[in-house]
Amino acid sequence: MTLSVAKVSTPTIDQVMVEERAAAFTKRSIKAAAKLAGLKMAVAMMDLTTLEGKDTPGKVACLCRKALQPIEAKYEVPNCAAVCVYPSMVRCARRFLGERSPVRIASVATGFPSGQFPLRTRLEEVRRAAGDGADEIDMVIDRGAFLAGEHRKVFDEIVAVKQACGAAHLKVILETGELVTYDNVRAASDLAMQAGADFIKTSTGKIQPAATLPVTLVMLEAIRDYFFATGIRIGMKPAGGIRNAKQSLAYLVMVKETLGDDWLTPELFRFGASTLLNDVLMQIVKTTDGQYQSADYFSLS
Amino acid sequence: MKKKAAVTIPSPHGRARLQPSRKALAPAARQLRFGSKWEYAPAPETVPVKIDPRHDLFIDGKFVAPRSKRYFDSINPATEEKLSEIAHAGAEDVDAAVQAARRAYDGVWSKMSGRDRGKYLFRIARIIQEKSRELAILETMDGGKPIKESRDFDLPMVAAHFFYHAGWADKLEFAFPGRSPRPLGVAGQIIPWNFPLLMAAWKIAPALACGNSVVLKPAETTSLTAMRLARIFQEAGLPAGVVNIVTGPGDTGAALVNHPGIDKIAFTGSTDVGKIIAKSCAGTNKRLTLELGGKAANIIMEDAPIDQAVEGIVSGIYFNQGHVCCAGSRLFVQEGVFKAVIHKLRDRIRTLRVGNPLDKNTDIGAINSRAQLEKINELVRSGKAEGADVEQSSCALPSKGYWFRPTFMTNITMSHRVAQEEIFGPVLAVMTFRTPEEAIERANNTPYGLSAGVWTDKGSKIFKMVSQLRAGVVWANCYNKFDPTSPFGGYKESGFGREAGLQGLAAYARVD
Repeated sequence: MTLSVAKVSTPTIDQVMVEERAAAFTKRSIKAAAKLAGLKMAVAMMDLTTLEGKDTPGKVACLCRKALQPIEAKYEVPNCAAVCVYPSMVRCARRFLGERSPVRIASVATGFPSGQFPLRTRLEEVRRAAGDGADEIDMVIDRGAFLAGEHRKVFDEIVAVKQACGAAHLKVILETGELVTYDNVRAASDLAMQAGADFIKTSTGKIQPAATLPVTLVMLEAIRDYFFATGIRIGMKPAGGIRNAKQSLAYLVMVKETLGDDWLTPELFRFGASTLLNDVLMQIVKTTDGQYQSADYFSLS
Repeated sequence: MKKKAAVTIPSPHGRARLQPSRKALAPAARQLRFGSKWEYAPAPETVPVKIDPRHDLFIDGKFVAPRSKRYFDSINPATEEKLSEIAHAGAEDVDAAVQAARRAYDGVWSKMSGRDRGKYLFRIARIIQEKSRELAILETMDGGKPIKESRDFDLPMVAAHFFYHAGWADKLEFAFPGRSPRPLGVAGQIIPWNFPLLMAAWKIAPALACGNSVVLKPAETTSLTAMRLARIFQEAGLPAGVVNIVTGPGDTGAALVNHPGIDKIAFTGSTDVGKIIAKSCAGTNKRLTLELGGKAANIIMEDAPIDQAVEGIVSGIYFNQGHVCCAGSRLFVQEGVFKAVIHKLRDRIRTLRVGNPLDKNTDIGAINSRAQLEKINELVRSGKAEGADVEQSSCALPSKGYWFRPTFMTNITMSHRVAQEEIFGPVLAVMTFRTPEEAIERANNTPYGLSAGVWTDKGSKIFKMVSQLRAGVVWANCYNKFDPTSPFGGYKESGFGREAGLQGLAAYARVD
């Protein structure tokens, strides 16, 4: 694979207008049945995440159980798309979820969150995580290399990671909070897709700002142009900073009105989040039963 | 759910439920689907607004029945239902209004200190803010514009104009240093139906700030918010006669223009009517400012931020159903990006939601009147007859009311009618160019000159083009942006005089 500029051209991004357009999606009024359907869709698209130094098998088991059944069956809420854990926790998750679980296992890898490790160890980490049972690998790019203009290096590393993934899907984390400009976000998106990403993802969650609507819009537009040019549908995962149900609906509105119905599926859109789920569940219960419940009635993951 | 699952470590490869990744679709299948997968539920604005069955004239601080004894119906263009009866002011009524304005000018308003005039304007601005939700709903019901726009654009701008001019009222000496600004007298103001309350604010606020009194005539189809504004003037304690509002069709406007007691006419509307008014005022002492039609060029260069430019095209022509004098109705796209822009525009208009203007998710509301709808239809028909390719979204339209789908036309040249005449609807004429020089030449090749847009990532190109475009407002990498501090007005047949900003203030002050 080569870095081709002929296939997809990278346009410039105007900051004022892209932020204005992104803000417009928050003006959509999502009510009643549409709200309930949207919230359930958000649950089905969630990569329920724990990425802490103090993660234990017990904590991961809680997360897996929550992802399998987020709330009592009577609310007809689907399972989350995946759990997202560190490589050392992939075996625990697989042991808990079993072989044919509807919940996938995503593992961050490649020296998450900095990516500042030798390529050899990053690739080994990917192979181990995939070998331990990860369905999806969330890699980070080397932002230092990208900002130094070494796009070729970043491209080659993504290609290598993709190979190391085997059958596992590859999500490429751009860490947009460190790329800073929308032009950089767009260029990194194009580069990652051309190098073989199945998904492009905004952030690790360890850097502020993490996912924002305008950054996600820039990435969705890159996905759109790549689809027109190649016929390949790339997935999108905003991660970090999406904490409440209303925000998640704004993202779904943006996906629907930018990429259309085909992307409204966990196959092509995910939320990376840890605290979002219970706020969404709280809104689902409120919309279904007509009243809010205390946070005590929602299990922690 | 089994708590104890298999402990054996599975192979990651060949897991059945993993979809094959990165499958490439054939070119013909590379389409976005904007279907019904996740339909938004209706989200209508629900605050009930009480509309009086009959609206009289507002003269000398009171609501009075027209001496003409005539009324006409005001309808909701989205439902074709009658909203209210509006007084048809005859010549006698206009005369009474002008006389009341003169009395208020001589007796109170021209003598009042700027600081006190400012206090009234501030008070009016605050009341408008407090009542903005009600006013927005009324504006939408009366005119057909989406509640999203009346709520987020019209009403905030209305209040902003009163606040801005309130600030000037006691600082006119600083606005025109050393020139002792004085008011002109009685201003006759005639406003259009596309931004009824906002145009009233653009006209009334600077006039009052400078110490003039006003006789305002709203457009025939959109009088309701102006009459609600009259009530706000009462509530603010504005002295009787400082603002008078006479409603009616063209003959009411003519009576106002031709009244000898008027010192200044300010008109916003069509170029045809503007020419008649200019003739009427010729040879009189009346000062005149005209803000007329437009056929603005929106120019997309090859190095433009394409996705944002497409948004600029959309807000340029589909904002307020295209009922905007400065609408970017002629799109010029550099040939190298023509295909990409059209492709994106075609997809984008499919996501525009046309329908009930009171629904908070509506992007394009109702066409303001049957007459306007017929005019749009006629021009689009002529475009087809002249060989244009007409592209429209395929959204469903309500069965009653006046509607027009977002539309653009390609395969047209500068000599097509649709490329020359103002359509004043959600219809875009798309043309191409090869070089910046050609873009400027084509953009300026129109009798109008109100506004233009330039899209390029290159700052030097922006400055070069802006200096050569003969238009009163040129937006760079944005479109339809307004601010009370920024003057607005046209070249050539788009009129003369400026509104808003310091230049707009000067139009209501004698500074010679």
